[in-house]
Amino acid sequence: MSRADGGEARIAATFARCRAEGRAAFVPYLTALFPDAPRSLAAARTLLQHADLLELGLPFSDPLGDGPTIQRSSEVALRAGASTAGLMRMLRTLRAETAAPLVVMTYYNPIYCYRGPAGEGEEAFVEDLRAAGADGVILPDLPPDEGETLIAAARRHDLATIFLVAPTSTDARLRLVSAASRGFIYAVSVTGVTGTRDVLGAEIGDLVRRTKAQSDLPVAVGFGVSTPANAADVAAFADGVVVGSRLVQTIADGDDVDPVAAALAAACRRPAVAG
Amino acid sequence: MFPYPDPRGRFGPYGGRYVPETLVPALDALAEAYDEARADPAFMQTLEDDLRDFVGRPSLLTLAANLTARLGGAKIYLKREDLNHTGAHKINNTVGQALLAKRMGKARVIAETGAGQHGVATATAAARYGLACVVYMGEEDVRRQALNVFRMQLLGAEVRTVTSGTRTLKDATNEAIRDWVTNVRDTFYIIGSVVGPHPYPMLVRDFQSVVGREVMQQLQEYEGREAPDAIVACVGGGSNAIGVFAPYAYLSEERRPRLIGVEAAGHGMTSGAHAASISLGKRGVLHGALMYLLSDDDGQISPAHSVSAGLDYPGVGPEHSFYADEGLAEYVAVDDAEALAAFRTLAEVEGIIPALETAHAIAHVMRLAPTMPPEAIIVLNLSGRGDKDVSEAMRVLGERPVTS
Repeated sequence: MSRADGGEARIAATFARCRAEGRAAFVPYLTALFPDAPRSLAAARTLLQHADLLELGLPFSDPLGDGPTIQRSSEVALRAGASTAGLMRMLRTLRAETAAPLVVMTYYNPIYCYRGPAGEGEEAFVEDLRAAGADGVILPDLPPDEGETLIAAARRHDLATIFLVAPTSTDARLRLVSAASRGFIYAVSVTGVTGTRDVLGAEIGDLVRRTKAQSDLPVAVGFGVSTPANAADVAAFADGVVVGSRLVQTIADGDDVDPVAAALAAACRRPAVAG
Repeated sequence: MFPYPDPRGRFGPYGGRYVPETLVPALDALAEAYDEARADPAFMQTLEDDLRDFVGRPSLLTLAANLTARLGGAKIYLKREDLNHTGAHKINNTVGQALLAKRMGKARVIAETGAGQHGVATATAAARYGLACVVYMGEEDVRRQALNVFRMQLLGAEVRTVTSGTRTLKDATNEAIRDWVTNVRDTFYIIGSVVGPHPYPMLVRDFQSVVGREVMQQLQEYEGREAPDAIVACVGGGSNAIGVFAPYAYLSEERRPRLIGVEAAGHGMTSGAHAASISLGKRGVLHGALMYLLSDDDGQISPAHSVSAGLDYPGVGPEHSFYADEGLAEYVAVDDAEALAAFRTLAEVEGIIPALETAHAIAHVMRLAPTMPPEAIIVLNLSGRGDKDVSEAMRVLGERPVTS
């Protein structure tokens, strides 16, 4: 089932290209199917003009790792009929149009309860997600300790498992997460939930350094990165910059995400070091 | 002392730690601190002293002679958790966890609450042990339980109203977890039921199991036997039920009484508006644990409904999920109307106004007792008193106080 043109390989090639071009990968996040399926698809297409990877969040009724912006967007999307099948349709549409890696962020219960064309449960979810065109899955409430069976299924179907590290992670945890992750590692910039913040914590630089000491995988930083200035700060030491709530809020306000994404993408290009 | 959970926090397949990575080190630290504390005689002595001198333990085991006579079957005893300080079983756990918080050097505690009883019990323990306290409560419950909101404020706690999702216990719990993720370094999360990531279901079970241990002793004294024929308790998340069940649940089959958990059937089992997670739910993950859960085909959590805010929760503790599968306990459901009738019956017949949560268990005892012979014994865990529910009961029953 392994395909050289997708999954881990596609994600790895993208980070390698960004590194060669002297910039951090720009990874915009969208709550999938928010505010509804057509407008979400339009926003995704716009973002893909600037994105190196695109992250799509499956709306969930109880997003306990998310702040108010993504909570509200999830509620709106679910009221508008968002479903796991709807996410799969969106992925298939986008996959036909882009070569960029597509990664899905989802809480665990929709995976555990999944029913789809390939059957029921974790393995069927992984198989259908990969077949729909996703390259990886980000698991905000599944530490690798609880993910053994999901990880095994993801390996069989070449879907990258992207786990999170946090400022509270010990070196032993960083080793565990690194060993379980494929594609890249997602570093949470602050102890907290998603959402825009004026100032990023000083601890994020330290976390990225500690993570890189345990792993050769690229490390992308998310949670609280909202302005081009934030993005430029993070791009100086991280391999990828994830921006979510800022973009979701822009869509919620009915504004155009294009200029916002363009400015953020530009900020991910590291200035050439003089001398 | 109990054979479960296993070292990974599992009761059979249930439980575990499905949480953001940020919290994993905190859960490790909590499990370690608890292991040390329960092996420390000084800690256990302080807990025992405070349960006696502050909470008022042991709680009474009262023979419900009038109810027994009216139902004409098994002899009914009431385990009087309603007589504890703050009026419910919740304080057994909050005193334990607050002492643990203090031992761990945490200056701030947070809690979620549905009916408000756990919030009041947390605010009370926080006041006694000098800890800052924030309680999350759904907007719908703030309305239903206004009296408890003011009680928490009097006790020095800050009550934060939660307006997301269903605006009840489920979303108050989400918000408490978000607070904990944000402030994990200096904050102790006092979970009120046998839910959440490991080690919480174990921690809360252990602190509540004093209830069942006392029943064993008291029944030995009154009846010359440690076990009744049946124990009945209401189940939302399931902390009062685990408290009275656990000391019996792992006994051999000959020594084990029937353990009956009563879920809330809300508007009825076919109405779609209920909180019967074991009776009608399926396995799933919420708030950090695998358990029986009400969710749709996509794994989205379904809103629960019960007239009692404390049972208005779409999941049930992992240990109850395990008991149900293993046949260690049985689970039934009682709807709003039957619970309200039982609420009134206990008040009229025994002079005790129970919590609406407890009224679900009373309703089942009223079904069960007449089917059993007079030499049989039922223990009903009277988990809380009904003062907090009087105005909501008046509203639901469409009644006004009679004035002359």
